[in-house]
Amino acid sequence: MDLNPALQTFIAECQELLTQMEESLLQLENDSGNRDLLDAVFRAAHTIKGSAGLFGFDPIVRFTHQVETLLDRLRDGELVLSSALSALLLRCGDHIGALILPITTDAPLADDLINADAALSAELAAIGTTDAAAGTDVAADLWSISLRFGPEVLRNGMDPLSFIRYLSTLGELVEVQTRYDRLPSFTEIDPEACYLDFDIRLRSDADRATIDGVFDFVRDDCEILIQPPTSHTEQVLERIAEFPANHTLLGEILVASTALTPAQLDAGLAAQQAATDVPGSAPPLGEILVAGGTVAPVVVDAALDRQQQLRQQKSQDNRLIRVDADKLDQLITLVGELVIAGSGIHAGAQRAGLSDIVESAATLARLVEEVRDSALGLRMVQIGPTFQRFQRVVRDVSREIGKDIELEISGGDTELDKTVVERIGDPLMHLVRNAMDHGIEPTEQRLAAGKTARARVGLHAYHDSGSIVIEVSDDGGGLNTEKIRLKAVERGLLSASATPTTQEINQLIFEPGFSTADAVSNLSGRGVGMDVVRRNIEALRGTIDIDSQPGSGTTVRIRLPLTLAIIDGFLVGLGAARYVLPLDVVVECIELSAADRRAVTDQGFLNIRGEALPVLRLRDAFDLGDHDCRRENIVVVRFGALKAGLVVDELLGELQTVIKPLGKLFSFLQGISGSTILGSGDVALILDVPGLIKRAEAHRSQGLSVA
Amino acid sequence: MHTIERNGDGGGEHQQYLTFRLGQETFAMPILSIKEILEYPTLTNVPLMAACVRGVLNLRGSVVPVVDLAVRFGREPGQQTRRTCVVIIEVQADGEWMDVGVVVDGVNQVIDIPASEIEPPPSFGARLRADFIKGMGKVDGGFVVILDCGQVLSVHEIAELGVANTRAA
Repeated sequence: MDLNPALQTFIAECQELLTQMEESLLQLENDSGNRDLLDAVFRAAHTIKGSAGLFGFDPIVRFTHQVETLLDRLRDGELVLSSALSALLLRCGDHIGALILPITTDAPLADDLINADAALSAELAAIGTTDAAAGTDVAADLWSISLRFGPEVLRNGMDPLSFIRYLSTLGELVEVQTRYDRLPSFTEIDPEACYLDFDIRLRSDADRATIDGVFDFVRDDCEILIQPPTSHTEQVLERIAEFPANHTLLGEILVASTALTPAQLDAGLAAQQAATDVPGSAPPLGEILVAGGTVAPVVVDAALDRQQQLRQQKSQDNRLIRVDADKLDQLITLVGELVIAGSGIHAGAQRAGLSDIVESAATLARLVEEVRDSALGLRMVQIGPTFQRFQRVVRDVSREIGKDIELEISGGDTELDKTVVERIGDPLMHLVRNAMDHGIEPTEQRLAAGKTARARVGLHAYHDSGSIVIEVSDDGGGLNTEKIRLKAVERGLLSASATPTTQEINQLIFEPGFSTADAVSNLSGRGVGMDVVRRNIEALRGTIDIDSQPGSGTTVRIRLPLTLAIIDGFLVGLGAARYVLPLDVVVECIELSAADRRAVTDQGFLNIRGEALPVLRLRDAFDLGDHDCRRENIVVVRFGALKAGLVVDELLGELQTVIKPLGKLFSFLQGISGSTILGSGDVALILDVPGLIKRAEAHRSQGLSVA
Repeated sequence: MHTIERNGDGGGEHQQYLTFRLGQETFAMPILSIKEILEYPTLTNVPLMAACVRGVLNLRGSVVPVVDLAVRFGREPGQQTRRTCVVIIEVQADGEWMDVGVVVDGVNQVIDIPASEIEPPPSFGARLRADFIKGMGKVDGGFVVILDCGQVLSVHEIAELGVANTRAA
């Protein structure tokens, strides 16, 4: 996909904005009067419209414009955000998302998308007609201009009437009142002086600067006060709210939003300057402007708010930068290389017996390790946004299945590897849906059991001894252990006479195709799901277990490694070759006696404390040929419920290493999942234990069938 | 039928080629796809791969597969000598560039071969699969085989060779 970078930014930004919009809408459901949230929704829609316009994506612009219109009326209080309206807006958000997607593929809009567009547009328009009656106050739409011509105006060759006439070209003069307050008694009158004031009401679409410009020639001799219509004040407020972030001076904001002309600003600033000369405190520009009647207090307040907001935004923008993930990977690779180079120096210095250099090298190594850790930390992101997505899911699903369920989230600031965060979404979705559909009982049943009608589904994340734990919990009925046991017996997963623990029974729900649901619903109950969840979690090198209290709920606990880039490994040797086993699969290590070695060769399994342990000789599995080593060791590994022994030459201990993928050339390779670079600079291969066992099993059954 | 332009070899009139030895034969490859030449390093053997994959090496922190060209051409693996070295080549697989190392018995020199001096590969008779040959360059009155790196180091093909191995084992 060769999108230009600006377009990619646009898409990423839109998706972010849509998420924000959705979040705000969901919050609004509980806090419908919250103006800030409504503004946030509006801003999101407005920005999407603006950026889409920039790229010429007309369908998005057209549709978003309708949404924006609706939002605008909500903001004006013309409409009240009902739950139906909020649902419509959520669907509109989804639709905008759907409109953005085809951009990535450059495909024309699909028919169903166009139909959806039309349907939603019609709905939006329908809301318009039912409430359109609310008219606005006509009088509020008028500019009021008060002119006090100075006495010199006529002498300077200006005719006040010509200004009023010119003003009439800008709009409709609704009312012109001439005020004679300053007119002296007849005897004192100076026929060449002007004593007239005018109060004018003007209906016009022109902006402030244009109207102000009419009086450019008389400004010096004249006092002019222009009061914008109320609707204009609203426009100004809106402009202030959308003011771009590159200026943060109050004056600039006011001028740009046409609340003030540059000349008025200059006057205000001059007044402020003058006030500064007086010892004491200079009044803020806003106060001066309000006192002078140039700007309405409400406008100044809005501008000040916006100014504050922009300053905060600016500092936030400065704190966050987007970085290409590849750049981070490159950095991590380099730092890893640095670690190896450092240990090379250390070894060299030790050989040469240079004790002070050995010491420096050790210091260097420690620092480099720290750098590596913080470099790896750069890939960590918070789980919060992933959790937030479920607000919507829970809301929609609970409506669909007619249960009253709220989502409780905690630990959203827990950080984990970006790759993990990306891949945890699907399993979590399964679990949350399961909890809602199967876990939570119908309302009547809840009430009968003395629980609150409103059920709770929880998503929690926390750190626990070097790994991340994510819990999906519900306060429903808990697992029906007896039902699971019966089903398992029926499916042959369990013998009827077995007496497994509750914990063991509960784990059975992760078996493929296992479902105790009596009815298959839209959401779950087909028996796929839980085993997919387990497989996904295991692919992330995580584990999953389940805790259930009959009557009070179920908690599914997912334990994940902090990062995919580093593993705790166990190094073993086969001749000169080195292999790494992920430490979490290693159960124990045993040295093989001569008798045991014979048993392994003859039988293929080993008696360990009365248990028959299937054994795989790595040397044979990898066709490495025979090597006459004096000693052999066995590493007992566990994969799921399966235990096996791997025979290796040497045990070399634990190590923490950075995983390097092996690349496409090795994509078909079974039994090896990746590689890592050892302190010596040599490459060691990481063993994929499930793959090895699977391969050995296939091999064995093949061998048997041939025999 | 074989065009000279391929895999970022550039399309200049004059191209430079690196010549190297494999046993008694001399081959050439376009210099633009070559990243570097290393002294024969310590390789880590990767089990269950096609015989032509010698293993992987650590190239400044990235793990790079190394292919034995002699085995890839169906000949005996070369003996390791002082002159044996690994040439790191950039190849394209599924639109992504990746590095692959090839073991050769020794590198000779960099030469200019103008496009006019390159003949299409013979339809038969060569001791090499026809699709490995990009052309025959005329050098000093003789011919030198110019390799088509994209074909010789076809990631898919080599990976598939390994699958057969895995199954057989």
